[in-house]
Amino acid sequence: MSSTSGGAAYGSPYLAGVGIGLVLIAAYVVMGHGVGVSGALTSVAGTVTTVATNAPASAAWRGYAAPGFAALLSDWFVVEVIGITLGGLASAALAGRLRRETERGRGVGVSRRVAFALGGGAIMGIGARLAKGCTSGQALTGGSLLSVGSWIFIATAFAAAYLIAPLVRREWR
Amino acid sequence: MIAPLYEAGALSPRSGLVVALALGLAFGFFLERAGLGSARKLSAQFQLTDFTVLKVMFTAIVTASLGVFWLSRLGALDLGRVYVPETYLLPQLVGGAVFGAGFVVAGLCPGTACVSAATGRGDGVAVVGGLLLGIFAYGAMYPVVERFASSTPRGTFTLPQLIGASHGMTLLILVVVALLAFRGAEWLESRRAAAA
Repeated sequence: MSSTSGGAAYGSPYLAGVGIGLVLIAAYVVMGHGVGVSGALTSVAGTVTTVATNAPASAAWRGYAAPGFAALLSDWFVVEVIGITLGGLASAALAGRLRRETERGRGVGVSRRVAFALGGGAIMGIGARLAKGCTSGQALTGGSLLSVGSWIFIATAFAAAYLIAPLVRREWR
Repeated sequence: MIAPLYEAGALSPRSGLVVALALGLAFGFFLERAGLGSARKLSAQFQLTDFTVLKVMFTAIVTASLGVFWLSRLGALDLGRVYVPETYLLPQLVGGAVFGAGFVVAGLCPGTACVSAATGRGDGVAVVGGLLLGIFAYGAMYPVVERFASSTPRGTFTLPQLIGASHGMTLLILVVVALLAFRGAEWLESRRAAAA
């Protein structure tokens, strides 16, 4: 099942889960807040918008837009997402899993897969903004801090995903 | 000194950024270790053929929630100074559903899309691009959705408050549910393996 088309087999999901749990505990103990990804992307989008329009941040970007691109590098969550990217790269490199490819099901073309990735990503982006967080900021962080709203997010996110899963099943055959 | 350290003034903003990089590195590393840089693997969760997503997420949540509970019980962590994501009932109900729909179509969530992109996957890059497009779109429609997005606020609202149980009892329930879910996942996976 966990064939990786080359490279080492994946590690235990339970051990990885404990590792991520320890990352969360460290974040609470050291910083007083958890992790997040969609917020960092919002900071990037907000900074692009305000720099491009050369206007003060509108209500949509308040609390996210940095005064300039250099200032983005002092945004805690932006630096953390850079870390996530480098950490993923390091792990894949060590396991021989770096691969230039577009993952998709048999019989699915690259352009179709990219269209689904772009479209799904855009829908997810809207959902994450509405919910004030994604799998990291709501599910992992809010979930482990027992926030009611975060557990509502987890419940409806998985319910919707399972509801739609049969429609995209052939994308992965 | 009682944690959180940054809140207590023990860290400069610059040291905070070093912590951000270090925690991000570890987070990304563990995601990739488990195979969560692969859209095929994440999608299998929704086709009920591989339960890695559930196992990783639930284990992380249980580990962190137990750690927080015991550190606060031992007086090492002031829970009142840890930021708990605030609850907005309807926005999170609807936002969660929209997010989940996008997740299953994209095959990756925001964090795992970053890992997928970093390991050479073009579809991971496309999901990150799509996320930015969606966030720009949300910014453009913000005046229309602003009222809904800030509706039904409940502030810091936690499960123990909701069900009227103690913190410890809530965690006991969470652990039991997680163990049952893991058992169910292992059973379904082994049944599939036997059928294959």
